[in-house]
Amino acid sequence: MTEHGHVSVVNVLRVDFTRYSEECYHVSLSETYGRYRRTLSEEPLAIGVILVALWMAWSLASGLLTGGIRISSLASLVWDGLLRGLIIGLAGIGLSMTYSILNFANFAHGDYLTSGAFAGMGTSYLIAGIGENSVGALLLVGAGGSVFGGALGIGVTTAPLAVVFGALVAGVAAIVLALAIDRFVYRPIRDESGIALLITSIGVAFALRYLLQFVYGAGVRGTTASGSVPRVSVPAIDGTFRVTAHDISLIVVAGGLMLGVHLLLQRTKLGKAMRAMSDNEDLARITGIPTEEVIRTTWIVGAGLTGVAGYMFVLWKGTLGFNDGWLLLLLVFAAVILGGIGSIYGAIGGGIIIGLTASVSVIWIPSAFGRAAAFVVMIVILLFKPEGIFSGRTTA
Amino acid sequence: MSVDGIRGRFGGIFERDVTLVVAVLGALYLAYILAGVAFGYGLRGQLNSIANLTFYIGVFGMMALALNLHWGYTGLFNIGIVGFMGIGIYVTALVSKPPVGDGAAQVGGFGLPLFVGVLAGVLAAAFFGLLVALPALRLRADYLAIVTVAFSEIVRFTMMSRTFQTFTVPDTIDLWLFSFDPTADTVGLGGGGGLILNYTNPLEALLRALFLWDPYLGFVSFVEANVISNNPKPVLDGLLYGIVLLIGVGLFYLLLSRTGKSPFGRVLKAIREDEDVANALGKDTNRFKLTAFVLGSALMGLGGILWYSSRGSITPPSFRPNITFFIWIALIIGGAGSNTGSFLGGAIFAGVLYEGPRYFKNLVQAAFELGDAPRNFGEAMAGFASLDPMPFILYTLDSVSQLRLVIMGVVLIWLMHNRPEGLLGHRKETASSVDLARSGTGRSAEKPTAADGGENQ
Repeated sequence: MTEHGHVSVVNVLRVDFTRYSEECYHVSLSETYGRYRRTLSEEPLAIGVILVALWMAWSLASGLLTGGIRISSLASLVWDGLLRGLIIGLAGIGLSMTYSILNFANFAHGDYLTSGAFAGMGTSYLIAGIGENSVGALLLVGAGGSVFGGALGIGVTTAPLAVVFGALVAGVAAIVLALAIDRFVYRPIRDESGIALLITSIGVAFALRYLLQFVYGAGVRGTTASGSVPRVSVPAIDGTFRVTAHDISLIVVAGGLMLGVHLLLQRTKLGKAMRAMSDNEDLARITGIPTEEVIRTTWIVGAGLTGVAGYMFVLWKGTLGFNDGWLLLLLVFAAVILGGIGSIYGAIGGGIIIGLTASVSVIWIPSAFGRAAAFVVMIVILLFKPEGIFSGRTTA
Repeated sequence: MSVDGIRGRFGGIFERDVTLVVAVLGALYLAYILAGVAFGYGLRGQLNSIANLTFYIGVFGMMALALNLHWGYTGLFNIGIVGFMGIGIYVTALVSKPPVGDGAAQVGGFGLPLFVGVLAGVLAAAFFGLLVALPALRLRADYLAIVTVAFSEIVRFTMMSRTFQTFTVPDTIDLWLFSFDPTADTVGLGGGGGLILNYTNPLEALLRALFLWDPYLGFVSFVEANVISNNPKPVLDGLLYGIVLLIGVGLFYLLLSRTGKSPFGRVLKAIREDEDVANALGKDTNRFKLTAFVLGSALMGLGGILWYSSRGSITPPSFRPNITFFIWIALIIGGAGSNTGSFLGGAIFAGVLYEGPRYFKNLVQAAFELGDAPRNFGEAMAGFASLDPMPFILYTLDSVSQLRLVIMGVVLIWLMHNRPEGLLGHRKETASSVDLARSGTGRSAEKPTAADGGENQ
């Protein structure tokens, strides 16, 4: 370490502060109640948030009663937000896991998602269009307008095999990528601070994103035969809203994977090992937990889910560009922070809340600010409950 | 642990820094001039290329210095820089643009003098800095990062949104005690189309204020008569603006190094090292952090104004988070915590990583007669089927503007692995006002710092 005299003082102080902050965790119920009362009286921000919430409730209620807001369009927004939220949540599980175990915010996570989506879509193109088009153009997802997804008939009903294999390849590609990057980039500096790792991950994000642009081109392409996707109109009270086959497949895949992760973490010791690691990595290692192996498993689970989320996202919205994952990343961060870092249920719940916020908020504010509203929700949560709304529940 | 005490900084370090800055700038300019010779530029082309290089060295140097106050001194992880830059230039535009009616601009402004606009822009950036910092500085470093980047995105959404595109200003505004008649009739942020900056040319405004405009015009016509015959004014404008920016860098440097050495700056460094200790010693760390954040945001606003004010127009896509990360890479190249390092990082980033790849591409294209590049990666790879790497090489050269960002990412990773303290090595100024090193050890640490991997090892 270092030889200066003031350091020992620093250490003594730090011990004291640690103990103090540990004691702070064990607050009793009455103290919590008192704290809330104090928060209300001392925090003008809290009052502001409550007033905004009241205003929103009132304006929604009056809008619905007077017919200014149609129930069917509200239902349609909620449906859209729910699906968006499932994607955010699915991608958020991986981010949340690596955030808590490796203790850094991975800014390259969004680009893992895009990489998975490109690899998976390339596979779908290949399966759907082999024989009539060149393999290169198919694998490059029609870079430069050489092949079009609509012409290939990409869709869950029109080319089910291509979609299933595409989703699988998307997951595998993201896993391979994440493991390779971890081996060469993150592992050599595993013991550095979270901030050093965060800055490194920004470098990874840049390199990945613009390599994707180098290989696949800058254009945003349509990937699905959106006209031929089956759809039904679900009746709401004063109208209908639309549900497509891709909506349903997204729900099935996301729900299934979330259940799978839940079972994986409940039935195996992985969840417990991960929790132990996020608490204290050194302690976990000396108690015999193979920390590097746990880290690898974490990357495999997290990146796999992220890759599939990217593929389902692209299938669902029908377009693909090299920036997609980056644009989604801040929303994923918002979800993870909202749910509490390290909690997979928090990531799912937070994802759905963020997705709903981004979609439904256009009732109150101009549509350009949907994403901004989601960020504001995140900031508000960070200010009042930085441990997340599902606080205390970490992985599994 | 290497210590640059106050005493050392007045002596050898300072001279060494000057030498270092001169050497790095000299090398960069020499490289660009040589490249210009290779391209067969005339004097006009050379001056143009130098002006361009100076501009980017100036703006990146300035922004890296401003970020150094946040991250290098205080340890505040701000990745919303571009938001403050955008606020600065947009407010300047709003205040100083002439009212609608003259020119092609769809949206007008209040038509006030440019210096009022700049002042308003800086104050607005500072105000938003306060707005972000008041709640957010309580957060952990990584949370602060996410909040600030979300803030900068909200700023960009606001610029793009139709809601703020145009407003109609009433003819008279009655404010309780007095009323006034603004000249503006339509103001706004211009939405996705951005704003046309049709105010006085900032260079002209500055020179007029210094009573140098007429001498400058005389100089321009002298150059036109004797040296460069075809319209030298844009080139000379560019050069002069570059010099103004470098003076700006000098002022930023002076301000920040004075701040850093002051008692205020020492508290900031103490907060960076250990906030709890600074708190325990009776310093109101929240207040210090708040002041530092607001000051840095104001400087970022000013930097943004100087960066974009000489452009013809501004559009929201210029204010993507990429710019923020460019500035971070510049700071990390130079080494956070040292002002000289920040400027050098900015200069090296501008000359090598930001503009360098494009020059490299042009050099290669000037040296070899190359055909047309393939349009996409597939065609580029198709060459390998016949063992012909040329299409791939051509495509790579053609995509240099994207690969530049890949290179930046890789450089950032490399730096974090090998030189987390920056290329200059460990240059962080310590919080104490006296030299903490035991006799003898302090001096030896000032040797080239390759052996000093940082205090954490």
